[in-house]
Amino acid sequence: MTTESARPDGDRPWIGASVGRREDPRLLSGNGRFTDDIALPGMLHARFVRSTVAHAEVTGLDLTAVREVPGVVAAFSADDLGLADITARLGRPVSEFVPTGMPVLAREKVRYAGEPLAVVVARDAYAAEDGVEAAKVSYESLPPVVSEEQALAPGAPLVHGEAGGNTLLDVSMFATEGIDGTFDEAPCVVHVETRTGRQNALPLETRGVVASWDHREEQLLLQTSTQVPHQVRTTAARCLGLDERAVRVVVPDMGGGFGQKCVVGREEIAAGAAALRLGRPVKWVEDRKDALTASFLAREQHYDVRAAFDADGHILGLDAAIVCDMGAYSCYPFTAGIEPLMASAEMPGVYKVPAYRVRARAITTNKAPTAPYRGVSRPQYVMVMERLFERAARELGLEPTEIRRRNLITQFPYTGVNNVTYDPGSYLESLNLCESVLKEEGWYAAKEKASAEGRHIGIGYSCFSERTGYGSTAFAQRKMEVVPGFDISEVRMDTSGALVVTTGTMSHGQSHETTLAQIAADELGLDIGKVRIHQGDTDRITYGWGTFASRSIAIGGSAVRLASGRLGEKLIAIAASVLEVPPEDLELGQGLVRCPADGRTVPYEELADIAYLKSHLLPKDTEPGLTATASFDVLNDGTFSNATHGVVTELHEGTGQVEILRYVCVEDCGVAINPKVVEGQTRGGIAQGIAGALFEQVTYDEQGAPSAVSFMEYKVPTALEIPEVSIHHLETPCAFTETGAKGVGEGGTIGAPAAVLNAVNDALLPTGVELDDTPITPETVVSALEHTR
Amino acid sequence: MTDNAPEHTAQQRQLLSLDVNGETHELLTEPRRTLVDVLRHDLRLTGTHVGCEHGICGACTVLLDGAPVRACLMFAAQAEGKEIRTVESLADGTRLNDLQQAFSEHHGLQCGFCTPGFLMLAEGFLAERPEASKEEIREVVASNLCRCTGYQTIVEAIDDCAARRRAALRSRLEGTAHHNGDSRDSEDENTSETVPPGAACEEVPCGSTTRSR
Amino acid sequence: MKPAAFTYHRARDVEGATRLLAELGDEAKVIAGGQSLVAMMNFRLARPGHLVDIGGLAGLAGLRTDSGGGLHIGALTTHHAVETAPADALGPGFAVLRDAMRWVGHLPIRTRGTVGGSLAHGDATAEWCLLAVLLDAELVAHGPDGERRIAAAEFFHGYYTTALEPDEILVEVVFPRPAPHAALTEFAERQGDFATVSAAVDLEPADGGGHFTAARVALGGVDAMPVRVPEAEDALVSGGAPGPELYARTAAVAAESVDPPSDGNGSAHYRRVLIRTLVARACEEAMAR
Repeated sequence: MTTESARPDGDRPWIGASVGRREDPRLLSGNGRFTDDIALPGMLHARFVRSTVAHAEVTGLDLTAVREVPGVVAAFSADDLGLADITARLGRPVSEFVPTGMPVLAREKVRYAGEPLAVVVARDAYAAEDGVEAAKVSYESLPPVVSEEQALAPGAPLVHGEAGGNTLLDVSMFATEGIDGTFDEAPCVVHVETRTGRQNALPLETRGVVASWDHREEQLLLQTSTQVPHQVRTTAARCLGLDERAVRVVVPDMGGGFGQKCVVGREEIAAGAAALRLGRPVKWVEDRKDALTASFLAREQHYDVRAAFDADGHILGLDAAIVCDMGAYSCYPFTAGIEPLMASAEMPGVYKVPAYRVRARAITTNKAPTAPYRGVSRPQYVMVMERLFERAARELGLEPTEIRRRNLITQFPYTGVNNVTYDPGSYLESLNLCESVLKEEGWYAAKEKASAEGRHIGIGYSCFSERTGYGSTAFAQRKMEVVPGFDISEVRMDTSGALVVTTGTMSHGQSHETTLAQIAADELGLDIGKVRIHQGDTDRITYGWGTFASRSIAIGGSAVRLASGRLGEKLIAIAASVLEVPPEDLELGQGLVRCPADGRTVPYEELADIAYLKSHLLPKDTEPGLTATASFDVLNDGTFSNATHGVVTELHEGTGQVEILRYVCVEDCGVAINPKVVEGQTRGGIAQGIAGALFEQVTYDEQGAPSAVSFMEYKVPTALEIPEVSIHHLETPCAFTETGAKGVGEGGTIGAPAAVLNAVNDALLPTGVELDDTPITPETVVSALEHTR
Repeated sequence: MTDNAPEHTAQQRQLLSLDVNGETHELLTEPRRTLVDVLRHDLRLTGTHVGCEHGICGACTVLLDGAPVRACLMFAAQAEGKEIRTVESLADGTRLNDLQQAFSEHHGLQCGFCTPGFLMLAEGFLAERPEASKEEIREVVASNLCRCTGYQTIVEAIDDCAARRRAALRSRLEGTAHHNGDSRDSEDENTSETVPPGAACEEVPCGSTTRSR
Repeated sequence: MKPAAFTYHRARDVEGATRLLAELGDEAKVIAGGQSLVAMMNFRLARPGHLVDIGGLAGLAGLRTDSGGGLHIGALTTHHAVETAPADALGPGFAVLRDAMRWVGHLPIRTRGTVGGSLAHGDATAEWCLLAVLLDAELVAHGPDGERRIAAAEFFHGYYTTALEPDEILVEVVFPRPAPHAALTEFAERQGDFATVSAAVDLEPADGGGHFTAARVALGGVDAMPVRVPEAEDALVSGGAPGPELYARTAAVAAESVDPPSDGNGSAHYRRVLIRTLVARACEEAMAR
C-alpha cells in the first residue's frame, strides 16, 4: 500500500484488517433505527388502494366510503393531488428508446395488478387497511400483456400507447464486420436459449417512508429507505413542485436494498404529498404482500445466443438476441434500458471474443415494473456465456476448464470487441485455483464413484468479471440523461481530534460505516474509533449518487481517501508552523504529527485547538477550521473484480432435489479493505444467486394476477438450502482507485447461477437433457432424469 | 360509523397487561393488534422487527415464557400472563451479551434487520438445547430468513456461542478454569470482552478462508 | 396485512367456550395457537367477527397413556411439547409422533401451534391430520351437548373442512394403540414448508419378521384430505418378505392408486414420483425402529 511509508512505526494498518463493524452494537442491541421505528407526534399511516386487475381503463374511483371508515383521516386520488409524473429518459432517438411516464398514482389507466390508485391515510395501519377495502374502483378491462410472446405479437394490445410493439428500448450494437461469414465457416457453432425467472430483490426490510413538513425549516422531510437519497430529493421536488432545498431526504438504518431501493418509488412521493396536504406526518411501510406483488421486480430475460468456435476451442464470434421484460414502467433514474444495455455492452465478459453482434430490447408488459437488482443482467449473460463454453467443450471433446483457459483474457489492459477496456485481473489464476481445490478435495473422484453407483453428481464452474466503479464516462456511454459517477467526501476534524467523514454512498448493509472509516483512519493515522461516517442526509451531504453498481468502495472510498489526505496536508501545515520545520519533514500517525528528525510531536487536538480556538496562531494563508473536501470519478471503463465459482451438486432422483455438496469461490476484488466484509458480501451474494438458480420466481396467471403473494409461494431459501461457501482471495490491486480496491457487492450473485446450472447439467450429462432456464425446480430435474440418452 | 360496514364499527378496546422484559405494561388497545405491533408501536420496543406478517421470515421472533415464537402470529391479548422477552433484554446496559458478541465476531449480520429475530431464536433454542450440534443449529436457523449473509456466519456464531457457554459451564462445574476443554471450547476467556456502542471491535480471525497471495 | 376488527373473548372453561360459540354462531372462530389462523387473518382471508381464545384453558394440554395402551393428547398440547416429550410420557410405540414433529413448520411455529389446532384446521398436508388418519385416531369434540368421539376416517371432509360443528371444540385426540413400526416422511422444496407430498406408514411385522400381518399407508398432498391407500396396504401384507424390493413395489402401487392434483407445487406425475420415493423411505424408516 502506498501509504506505508507515511505511517510511523507501530501505526496500525486499518486497510486490510477484518475490523469489527461499527454498525454492530446498535443493530445487535435493538437500537438500530429503521424507517418503521420512527414515530412522530400526530403521525398518520398510509396504505394504497391498488389495482386488482392487470390492464384496464379506470372508469370510476369513488373514495367516499373510504373517508367514512372510522379512523380514516383522508383519502387522495391522482386528481386530488395533481402530481407530475416520474419520467426516466435516455439521450437516444425514439427509434431506440421511448420514454414513458410513471404517474405517482394511476389515473385513467392501470398497467399492472397492484398499481397504486389512491392513498388512504388513517390513525393506524389497521384503519388504513379498513379504508382501502371501502374503495370502489370500476374498470373496463383491456387484454393483459403478460408474456414476451404476447407483448411482441403483431397487433398486440399496447401497455403504453406511445410504445409501439410494446418495446421501450431496441438497440443493435457492434456487428463486427464479416460476422455472418465467421459463423458460416466455423467448425463448431453452439446455441443456447435461456429464460430466467422474474425475481424480487427482496430486502427483508420492505420499502417505506415517514414524510413530515418542518415548519421551522420550511422543508418536507422524507425519512425513507433508499439507496439514492439525492435522486429521491430531485424527483420528490419535481413531482411536488418544490425547490430542491425544500425537500430533505434522510435515510434511517436500512434493512437491505439490493437494487430495489435504488430507484424512486411512487409511494414515497405520494406519502410526501399527503403529509403536505394534511400538515401531519405520514408513514408508509410497504407490507410483504405489496412488496412481493407491487414493488419493483427484476431479472426476467430471454437470451437467444450463438457462439462460433474453431476446432481448438477458440471462440470466433458471438451473436446474441436479448429481450428483457421490464414490466409496466421505466424506473427512475435508470430507465427500462438498464438491463438490455448492461447485457449488450458487457456480454463478452472475461473472454477474448473477436466478433460480436447483439440486439437487445426492453419490452413492457402488464406486470409490476422492474429495477436493477444485484448483478443487473450479469447473472444472466454470465450464465449464457458459461453454458456456451460448456456446450462447445462437449462438442469439441475438451475439458470445460480447458476450453475456458484457451479463451480467458490474460493480457491486461485488454480492450474487447465491445469497446470496453478491462483492467488487470486474475481470470486464469482464479480458474486454476478453483479447479485445483475441487480436484484436491477429491470431488472429481467422488463424481466418478457416484456415477458408477447410479447417482448423479456434477461439477460446474463459472468464470466472470464484474465491472465496478462505473464513473460518469461509463454511464454517459449508456446515454443516461441523469449521469451518475462521481462521489464527494468532506472530512471535518473537531477540537477533540475526532473526525466526521461524509460520503455520498449509502450503506444498506455493506458496512460502509466501518470500511470507509478504515480508509480515513489509515490516511490520517487515527484510531478508527475517532472516525464517524455520515451518509444519507441530503442536508448534510453535498451531493451523492448513493450505493449501487458496486461503486461505493471504489469511488466513495477513493473520495474519502483524497479528502482525508487533504486534511492531513492542512494538519501538517499547521504543525510545521508550530514546530518551525518545513512541512516535508513531518508525517502523520497515531493521532499526532511527528517530526522524525527530532522526535517531537503535536497531537491533532492541539492543532485543532489552533485551527478553531486560537486562529490567530495559524500560519499566514491558512484558513481557520479543519475541513477538506474531495471528489473522485472514474473516467475510464471502470475496474473489474473477477472470480471463479466451482460447485458440486447432486441430483436426487426420487425427489428432484438439487443438493449443493460443495461451493468454492476464488475471488479477486483488488485490495480488500476489510476481508471479513468482502467474504460477507460474497457469501450473501452467492446465496441470492443460488436463490435465483433454484428457488425464487415471481409468477402470474393468464390474466396477469400475481400468484406468488406470500413467502409460501415465493420461496426464499433458508439455512438448509444455502450451503457453506469456501472463499479464497486473490489480490490484483486496482491501479486507479485510491486504495487499490475494486467493488465486490455483486460478484457472488453474478457467478452463482452459472456455476450451479453448469453443475446440474454436468450431472445430467448421461441423460442428454440440458436445463437452461431458471429457476431449476425439483420437478424439472425429475423430468430430466427420466430421460436417458 | 356506517351501517353497511359492520366490520368497521367493531373498535372496542381492551385493557391489557403485558410483562415485557420483566416490566409490566398496561395499555388500552384494539384486540386485533398483533403482539409485534403492540411491542413496537405501543410500547416503543422497536428492536423487534416486522418482515412478513405471516410467520415465515421470523424477523419478529421473541421469547414467550422462554420459547421462541412469531410475534406477528399472535394477538397481544394472547400474551397476557406470559413473560415476553425481546432483543432489548439481551445486553446488560451497553455491554452486549455473549451471543450478540459472537454475531459481531463472526460477521453474522450485515443490514441487521433480521438479526434480532435470529438472536431471540437462538437464545430460546440454546436455553433448551445447550448441547445442540452444528447441524441442529443449522436446522433451527432455517426457521428465519436472512437476505444478506447466506446464513453460514449466523450458524457459526450460534455454534461458537453454544460451545463457549458449555465450556463456561464445565469450568464452573469443575470449579477450575480452562483445562481439558476441546480447543474451541477453551476459548472461553474471550467471552467477557465488552463491546460498547461505537467502539471498534478487535480484529478477529477470518475463519476457514485462506489468502493465497 | 392487518386483520379486520373482531371482538376478543377469552374462554374460562370448555363449557363456557362452547356456549359462547353457540351464541355467536358463524361469526365466531376458535383460536388456540393461531399459527394458521392469524396468518390468514393478517391477509384478511379469514375475518371472524369474534375470536374465542381457548389458549388459556387448563387441562387441555398434555399427554397421558391409558390402560389399553392408547395415547391421549390434549388439544392444546404444542407440537414442540410432543417433539420434546420424554419417552415415558409418550408411551412405548409412539416415537413416530415425536419424530414427525420435525416436519411441522419450524421451531417457533411448533412452540405455539397446537395438535388440536392443526387437526381442526384440516390442512390436506398437515402432519397431524396424516398421523390421525394413519393410526385410526379418535378425535374428541366438546359441544353444547357434551362430548363426542369422531373417528379420523370420518373427521376430514375436504380442504380445510372437518366434521367439527361451529359450536364444538376439539379437546383431545386419542391414538388407540402403539405403532412401534411407523414413520412419516415428506418432501417440500424448502424444508419446513407444507409438503408437496407426505407419506406415512404403520407396519406390523409378524413374529420372526418374515412378512407383515398388517400395514397401513397414508398420503398427504394427493387429495383434499389425507388418504389411506388400501391397495398399497394389501401389497405390503401379501407381498412377502420385508425389504427394499417390497417397499419399492408397494410405493409403486401407492403411486398408481391415487389421483393427485396438478398445481403450483407440482404436477400429478411429479407427485407420483414423490409417492414412490416417500412411501418406500417411510417403510425403511419404520422398520429401522
